[in-house]
Amino acid sequence: MTTLDEGVAATTEDLETADNDQHPVGHGRMLRKEDPRFIRGMGTYVDDIQLRGMLHLAILRSPVAHATIVSIDVSAAQAHPKVKAVITGADLAEKGLAWMPTLSNDVQAVLATDKVRFQGQEVAFVVAEDRYSARDALELIDVEYDVLEPVVDVRRALAPDAPVIRTDLDGKADNHCFDWETGDEAATDAVFARADVVVTEDVVYPRVHPAPMETCGAVADYERVSGQLTLWTTSQAPHAHRTIYALVSGLPEHKIRVISPDIGGGFGNKVPIYPGYVCAIVASLVLNKPVKWVEDRTENLVSTGFARDYIMRGEIAATKEGKILAIRTHVLADHGAFNGTAAPVKYPAGFFGVFTGSYDLEAAYCSMTAVYTNKAPGGVAYACSFRITEAVYLVERMVDCLAYDLEMDPVALRRRNFIQPEQFPYTTKTGWVYDSGEYERALDLTLEMAGYDELRREQAEKRARGELMGIGLSFFTEAVGAGPRKDMDILGLGMADGCELRIHPTGKAVVRVSCMSQGQGHETTFAQIVAEEIGISPDDIQVVNGDTDQTPFGLGTYGSRSIPVSGAAAALVARKVRDKARIIASGMLEVSVVDLEWQKGSFMVKGDPGRSVTIQEIAMRAHGAGDLPQGVEGGLEAQICYNPENLTYPFGAYLCVVDIDPGTAVVTVRRFIAVDDCGTRINPMIIEGQVHGGLTDGVGMALMEMISFDENGTCLGGSLMDYLLPTALEVPHWETGHTVTPSPHHPIGAKGVGESATVGSPPAVVNAVVDALKPFGVRHADMPLTPSRVWDAMQGHPTPPI
Amino acid sequence: MQVPAPLEYQRATTVDEAIDLLERLGSEARLVAGGHSLIPMMKLRLTDLEYVIDINDLHDVLGYIRVGVGEVRIGAMTRHRELLDSPELAALFPIFADAERVIADPVVRNRGTIGGSLCQADPSEDLTAVCTTLDASCVIRGSAGERVVSMEDFHRGPYETAVAQDEILTEIRIPVRPSGSSAYAKVERRAGDWAVTSAGAAVWMDGPTIVDARVGLAAVGPNTTGIPEISALLRGRAPTEELYAEAATIASSTCSPTTDNRGTAEYKRHLAGELTRRTLRQAVTRIEAGVAGDMKGQS
Ligand SMILES: Cc1cc2nc3c(=O)[nH]c(=O)nc-3n(C[C@H](O)[C@H](O)[C@H](O)COP(=O)(O)OP(=O)(O)OC[C@H]3O[C@@H](n4cnc5c(N)ncnc54)[C@H](O)[C@@H]3O)c2cc1C
Repeated sequence: MTTLDEGVAATTEDLETADNDQHPVGHGRMLRKEDPRFIRGMGTYVDDIQLRGMLHLAILRSPVAHATIVSIDVSAAQAHPKVKAVITGADLAEKGLAWMPTLSNDVQAVLATDKVRFQGQEVAFVVAEDRYSARDALELIDVEYDVLEPVVDVRRALAPDAPVIRTDLDGKADNHCFDWETGDEAATDAVFARADVVVTEDVVYPRVHPAPMETCGAVADYERVSGQLTLWTTSQAPHAHRTIYALVSGLPEHKIRVISPDIGGGFGNKVPIYPGYVCAIVASLVLNKPVKWVEDRTENLVSTGFARDYIMRGEIAATKEGKILAIRTHVLADHGAFNGTAAPVKYPAGFFGVFTGSYDLEAAYCSMTAVYTNKAPGGVAYACSFRITEAVYLVERMVDCLAYDLEMDPVALRRRNFIQPEQFPYTTKTGWVYDSGEYERALDLTLEMAGYDELRREQAEKRARGELMGIGLSFFTEAVGAGPRKDMDILGLGMADGCELRIHPTGKAVVRVSCMSQGQGHETTFAQIVAEEIGISPDDIQVVNGDTDQTPFGLGTYGSRSIPVSGAAAALVARKVRDKARIIASGMLEVSVVDLEWQKGSFMVKGDPGRSVTIQEIAMRAHGAGDLPQGVEGGLEAQICYNPENLTYPFGAYLCVVDIDPGTAVVTVRRFIAVDDCGTRINPMIIEGQVHGGLTDGVGMALMEMISFDENGTCLGGSLMDYLLPTALEVPHWETGHTVTPSPHHPIGAKGVGESATVGSPPAVVNAVVDALKPFGVRHADMPLTPSRVWDAMQGHPTPPI
Repeated sequence: MQVPAPLEYQRATTVDEAIDLLERLGSEARLVAGGHSLIPMMKLRLTDLEYVIDINDLHDVLGYIRVGVGEVRIGAMTRHRELLDSPELAALFPIFADAERVIADPVVRNRGTIGGSLCQADPSEDLTAVCTTLDASCVIRGSAGERVVSMEDFHRGPYETAVAQDEILTEIRIPVRPSGSSAYAKVERRAGDWAVTSAGAAVWMDGPTIVDARVGLAAVGPNTTGIPEISALLRGRAPTEELYAEAATIASSTCSPTTDNRGTAEYKRHLAGELTRRTLRQAVTRIEAGVAGDMKGQS
């Protein structure tokens, strides 16, 4: 049932003339079903929820990064005429709710009791009749802090004299969070020892923030008589959240309903459970009223899940002819005050293990030390499929450093080391089984679209004139679609996804999925997946997501897992329904099932095309009068739970061209060519949209985004004037293309694409900037490559951002 | 959503009424023009005002660009957008359009005013540098009457101006001198961001000779004097690359930037020089091309 987009294996995309307004019964270009409501401003986000008698909650946050709480006086706030309750950590502690588990099995304070551990940490909350009063009353709370020395510099976190942050953990005497390793250390050391060339470079991936347009929030409504809690919340994983709420609060799971209405962007920011959600629930339980909490922009940037923050010592070993032999790295990971990384339990560094990239190596080894610092917790799957962004950035930067030292063309160097098509499935030296790939085909298309040789000629001419032009390549392999139950769970919840499909009597359908769209267009894509299998128009298929009472269990949307896991579930559940339809059709046509042939939308008697029944006729029959074949129940519906046998491995070749003003060091991204291979393409327009967003994100991280802190641990990125997101003016016209290498184990061969561009683009941009700086003898410069930092590099002192 | 603290709102329909309200409501009252500096600060609760006096109705009387004899007068309520689009300013002072194209974004430019910009006196604010470059003066009115102050006297330091609590800036006056042109350049980390450093230059020539020149800088410390050393250097000289380089060196050495997230002090110092060189060159190019005003002289 695999249909290749436009039927061609390697294609340059022409988005100017593409007709997106098509009406495929299945895969193909079509406009998004959700867009009429979004572009009319008719979406329903958490903050649009209005309930009768609803109260408003605001959170008082710590102004300092590290301090003992001496006292909290809430009396003035309580006296505010519109305030209904003021709750502190001590109040929560009485209920046993002051601490909650994080997604990495650490604990995090809901409201601080003993100490505050990062600036912006939750200290108390106010519930009032309106959001203005709630916010005003925060200023009436008087907290006395005894300020402690903060741990801001991650490199000093394990110093013997560093203050201990996690005094809440029994016997904790340092800021060590965890150690982790992967690969074979001895084998890698042996390969390094005999290599002709070894290149070492320290590479920093700074702390960045997902910064979705919609901030996080919740409306909690506890109904005392029935004991029912309904929570509208910004959650990328409603089912996982419900189970965790049940386990933590003791409320029975069937009495909790978690609803994610429309979500205005997630990027991993809405995977964790934040203290604010818990506060809203507690407030509703205490006050017996619906309570809304919606954080503001500063709260979102300062306190919610960040991403990256890895300091990586990269080492690459090769022969002098350019055969890469091994990669070795040590990573110092800043996890903030609580370990809140969203990652499967056995993968505390996410999928960083794919740092071996797209290359056929003899050995690889990584050791990691993670530490606590006085910064916000997180480490989210920020459009990074669990730390693959860091891994790909490391390897693609190191390969360019190697090319620099060997004086080799970075394209030739990569080509020489690719895993070859016949080697798939390919097991990497860190144990990942890449499902399928044809890397050179994607690379060749990129080079052809870019006019690579011509660009190098232009660069040579410009260099001769003192102009600074850079060409950067990156080749990435992603690992997405977590994941097989045998390996992967989050807090003990297996990462398989359920799906239910019901065909109504008139042949319309509803498909209920466990994953949750945050803007990726699931209402369209999932309808198309089902349409392709069952022959009902996507317009006639409603996709339901984001409501635990309306959908089967599954782990949600992050790490590009929706299509690899839930997408597979949707295809398989449709096939299950089709199998039942076939039996009913055999009864209707009075032939044996083996004599029926499926043609998208109907069953036909083999050799007698005049005799057929449509899926709509079958649906009516399934619900209608008269007998069904022996042993067949009425109705036309099915349900499954899909457990992927492996991850899927999308890949791509990206090329970036930059110009740098030699006088001001301002970088302009002139061109960006992106060829993606995400296997089978369901809706090419939606894929292109995902790629465009990810590329923009990559330019942002490479050139301007960073959550930085001053020496007191105060976050310097607390507004969008300080934390810079790229605009249309900073990015070029995207030139995109694709190849199609289906996944062999996914039912429709699809691999997922949500994060590919975010993973692949930062190294392409940085490689281009560093290439432009070659005349200055620069081999590496860290993100964000702001004009000032590029100028530093031009002066011969590129400086790490932290 | 960030929400400001409780406040009272008043609307002034005449300049006198605005002054009267400022006097009556006292130190807790503040004028709001475009609101693009004041309201963000209120939302972040960085101000503790109790009353805002909305002067947007005064756009009718204070929103103008008038070309007079030897002088252009700009009303304090003239919006960024109007400065950007003005053919009069484009003809006489291309520096305005150069600057306005890189100030904030269209949403901010549609509301923000020149009066608000100068009175906010943010160290990175661009129009103060423009007005300094053009040797502008400011008309301030209070209940006791009107006074006119130079930019040097107007700008007292970061977030501080000569406008007293119960006064209002009504007009900016810019002298027009023959055979002059001007230019502005800014380095920012991203469109819509405040300047890492910006520089404006105005040059007046007599044939091949520079009669006078002024340079104004933003975001690199207090620079509201037009850098007299540069003026002194350039007067009476023929414009050459070497001369621009000398001026650039002065700009770099006289400014006093600090290191922050936008860039290091060292880099900003470099930019002050580099942008001085570029804007001087651009202003001269414009004069030589006979296009003081329009954008044809832009490279
Ligand atoms: C996203 C963003 C980006 C920006 N980027 C830039 C930039 O790159 N460069 C730049 O220069 N600016 C920038 N700005 C600032 C913008 O130009 C401001 O709006 C403007 O500087 C202030 O003008 P306003 O009319 O909005 O003033 P308001 O915010 O209304 O007022 C500012 C202050 O001036 C006082 N005031 C206003 N008018 C008068 C008057 N007539 N007499 C006495 N006092 C008065 C007010 O009481 C207040 O204290 C940016 C602003 C934003 C929001």
